[in-house]
Amino acid sequence: MPELFAKSALHGQKPLTRAGVTLSEEVLGPITSVACFPGKRALVAAQLGGFPAPNRREGNLLWTGPEQAFLLGQAPDLSGLAATTDQSGGWAALRLNGETNKLLARLFPIDPRSLTEGTCLRTPLFHMSAVLTRDDKGVLILVFRSMARTAWDEIAHAMEMLQAREAIAG
Amino acid sequence: MRLTCPLCGDRDRREFYYSGSEDTLTRPAPDAGDAAWDDMLYLRTNPAGVTKDLWYHESGCGSWLVVTRNTVTHEILATERVADRKGAPK
Repeated sequence: MPELFAKSALHGQKPLTRAGVTLSEEVLGPITSVACFPGKRALVAAQLGGFPAPNRREGNLLWTGPEQAFLLGQAPDLSGLAATTDQSGGWAALRLNGETNKLLARLFPIDPRSLTEGTCLRTPLFHMSAVLTRDDKGVLILVFRSMARTAWDEIAHAMEMLQAREAIAG
Repeated sequence: MRLTCPLCGDRDRREFYYSGSEDTLTRPAPDAGDAAWDDMLYLRTNPAGVTKDLWYHESGCGSWLVVTRNTVTHEILATERVADRKGAPK
């Protein structure tokens, strides 16, 4: 058996800073999708120490749909309470730090001012399914791993355009 | 055009997929006869005024919505989750 090692979706990609925003890859580790069985949400919340309301995140739990969340980490045994699927490595995470609102306005069809800390939205990055959230470190964008380089390219392009516009404005 | 998803709030039309009349939510009984099934599957009214359609929040929360809108004024009058009709939790 050859020696194998895990590569992140954007392995070797250096952070990019333009127009006061820094884009970088974030390696999240294990991700588990938790989809509650009907009527079991309270029991799931008791096991996980909470369950996020729509459009919210709660600790390591990101809301991804009705009765459904991503747990950043390993899930305890939720047999009979929720369907859990391992999503680790299926998603790529991109981090934005800095003055992000002008950039977000170019990327997502939502009001960036509504993305306060603790918010977690399902909204598309162009045509890519995405999870968009803000924590104490900044904005985090999750896209399908297969879309990682496309997402990076689209965001980097918007950052270049924003910087060019700011340069013209002086 | 914007639609208010009961879960996600006010969202752009590009997040939604249009799936036609809400008639398809109401199925006749299996033995209701050809006429009733033909009516459900193929016959659509085309009102100038208030109509109800199914929309899917494809790039959002994945909910199916019943959207009440006016085809004359383009006004969106109401949005409702199909799951809520059936009493599903949020």
